[in-house]
Amino acid sequence: MTLDLPLIWAGLIALAVLMYVLLDGFDLGVGILFPFARTPGERDVMMDSIAPVWDGNETWLVLGGGGLFAAFPLAYGVLAPALYLPLILMLLALILRGVAFEFRLHGRKRGKAFWTFAFAFGSLMATIAQGFVLGGFIQGITVSDGRFAGQPFDWLTPYTLLVSAGLVAGYALLGGCWLMWKTQDQLHGDARRWASIAGGATALLLGAVSLATLFVHPRIAHRWGFDQGAFDLAAFLPHLPIPLLGAVGLAIVFIGLAKRSHGWPFLGAALVFLSGYVGLAASFFPSIVPYDIDFRTAANADNALGLMLVGIVILLPAILGYTVWVYWVFRGKVSADAGYH
Amino acid sequence: MDFDAILLARLQFAFTIAFHIIFPSFTIGLASFLAVLEGLWLTSRREVFRNLYLFWIKIFALSFGMGVVSGVVMSYELGTNWAEFSKMASPVIGPLLAFEVLTAFFLEASFLGVMLFGWKKVGPRLHFTATVLVAVGTLISAFWILSANSWMQHPVGYEVIADGTLRATDWLTVIFNPTFPARLAHMALAAFLTTSLVVGAASAWQLLKDRMQPESGMALRMAIGMFAIVAPLQLFAGHVSGENVRAYQPLKLAAIEAYWTTRADQPQSVLGLPDRDARKTHYEVEIPGVGNLIQGAPKDEVLKGLDSWPREDWPVVGLVYWAFRIMVGLGFAMIGLGAWGVILLLRKRVEASPWFLRACVAMGPMGFVAVVAGWIVAEVGRQPYTIYGVLRTADSVSPVGPGQVSASLLAFMVIYAIVFSAGAIYILRLIAKGPAPELEQPPEADGRAPGSPLAAAPAEPEVAP
Repeated sequence: MTLDLPLIWAGLIALAVLMYVLLDGFDLGVGILFPFARTPGERDVMMDSIAPVWDGNETWLVLGGGGLFAAFPLAYGVLAPALYLPLILMLLALILRGVAFEFRLHGRKRGKAFWTFAFAFGSLMATIAQGFVLGGFIQGITVSDGRFAGQPFDWLTPYTLLVSAGLVAGYALLGGCWLMWKTQDQLHGDARRWASIAGGATALLLGAVSLATLFVHPRIAHRWGFDQGAFDLAAFLPHLPIPLLGAVGLAIVFIGLAKRSHGWPFLGAALVFLSGYVGLAASFFPSIVPYDIDFRTAANADNALGLMLVGIVILLPAILGYTVWVYWVFRGKVSADAGYH
Repeated sequence: MDFDAILLARLQFAFTIAFHIIFPSFTIGLASFLAVLEGLWLTSRREVFRNLYLFWIKIFALSFGMGVVSGVVMSYELGTNWAEFSKMASPVIGPLLAFEVLTAFFLEASFLGVMLFGWKKVGPRLHFTATVLVAVGTLISAFWILSANSWMQHPVGYEVIADGTLRATDWLTVIFNPTFPARLAHMALAAFLTTSLVVGAASAWQLLKDRMQPESGMALRMAIGMFAIVAPLQLFAGHVSGENVRAYQPLKLAAIEAYWTTRADQPQSVLGLPDRDARKTHYEVEIPGVGNLIQGAPKDEVLKGLDSWPREDWPVVGLVYWAFRIMVGLGFAMIGLGAWGVILLLRKRVEASPWFLRACVAMGPMGFVAVVAGWIVAEVGRQPYTIYGVLRTADSVSPVGPGQVSASLLAFMVIYAIVFSAGAIYILRLIAKGPAPELEQPPEADGRAPGSPLAAAPAEPEVAP
């Protein structure tokens, strides 16, 4: 039996990006919600809820980028120049909000105010930039001779702005649900309100992005059964579970909110993201640089993929294991922990 | 690709990586120092170790955060600015960088959370384990990145296949490149030196203000012990690295020593202003007859000069020449400081020597200067290639115009200037305050923010004897 190494690695990179979106998604979302907190004390609690885990969360982004470099160098070498400006914007924003975790504790009056702003602004800009990257990716990349051959601002269209708005709403939903889960009292009540507003916005924008994708990108519409006004039920049906999963996720969010559940809405929000993510994957597969390069063409040499597979088979379970352990160590409500106050 | 875009992309990479290397070269050593302190505290239960741990972990948290975020940049910058290099190099060094993420980054990032915030959540032994794992993670990270770098300096264990791309033929040769062991030792020792100089300077600063501080006295003794041993070892590791340069990158050696002509019995250039266009060193101070000796080569062995290679293959000679002299000069200053410190230690007069304490303060930042200078020697000396002898820098660059690269370079400079100044101010403030515990500590009004790494620290070690 021979292993289909490119396929396995496409799955692993997709898993890394999904882990990133879910995990850093909620801590970026907490940053997006930062300006809405009532008091500096509430902001401290918000930050405390993510401070022990944000670094691990962001490492999935490094695995996404480094993994793409290592497993699909052609895709890495085409996508990164094509999305140059949004990627640099994302990196700069992540720097500002990343150092803010520690700097905010050391700043005095003006310094603290600045790093509070930097954390919120950096989280928002990083999310917007990731929306540009995602939107630019869905729109397709101009490639010639294995190189990016488009213009610097190809990614900037009304469609990418819509995707960005959707991602901001989605991360805010994840962040709000996380805070409901991890906090109590007034902040918990505020988080519930933020989550319901962000949940509504996410539902609307997810619908709008889905429709816009069908209108703007006939190839994707075709795959989902919408072909120049005609509707092909046989093509659509296999994809039906994907939007259904999203609907179930939203239902869990809203029923959870209505029933004053603390933990369920976070699970629901994660399912909404999973549905959007699988929907994208189903729309593109097997493209890795839409729409010219498929994952097999972009894959690294088999001996490199094989060596890395040996490594990841051993290491990924260990990483997932200690990641779960760290979350377990920091389980429970933040403000209930006497050590913090 | 036009010249401007290449130059700008190089400037951007040089700027972002020089900024980044500052933090790992400090935190690699500091993580190990913290592990030692916590271990000593748990075994001896002496308060001085606990106080030192709680002090240095604050500085570690600040520096590590800056290292993490500036490091994330590197994992994308290879693609944004060096796409052609990425495509060419990935079949060989891709797995090395992937292993760095998988074996080191996740380990460091995950256990850092426990190390900083887990005081009351896990027992002392588990907390100590977390500290040790973070320290081990920093060293594993250095292992992989230097392995990849060594391959770029001296590519072996690969072949060029029909379509012009590279394939690894022997992974062990790729990973354990002949230049790798000395390079890894040189970098790890540099990190330990850098940390011990900073710890020494911070402690000396406190002792200059007040001699009777057991924490600073202990930290200074530990620092002296470290740099007194490591600085001479570093001279040896540097010499072995130098022999590798002579064996595998003779052109780099010619640039380092400004050998303009190929000859036996090279003179040793001490100082001067190398001029690539005039092919000579202005205002040169040289010692005839010892160049070969210093390289460990017989006097009659012919050492290649720059004239053995075409002009377009030369690196920027002046930069490499001066960076090398700064690095070596600082190295000797560190050896001197270590010897001075040992003499004072033996006479039990460390705190009583204000001139030694001042010298320690002055040498505090010199580890960073030496590290950056060393990297300039290694990386500028590799030019005009990214993969030595295989891929030229000019052919490595992304199809991205100078407008985007200059805009992003400017943005990096602005953001890094803000982050670096703020981080430096916060670290210097902590150093100015010192590790001595405050005598009065009202529970809420000590300025310790909730959620700070230490807010949950136990007042006494909870370890069972």
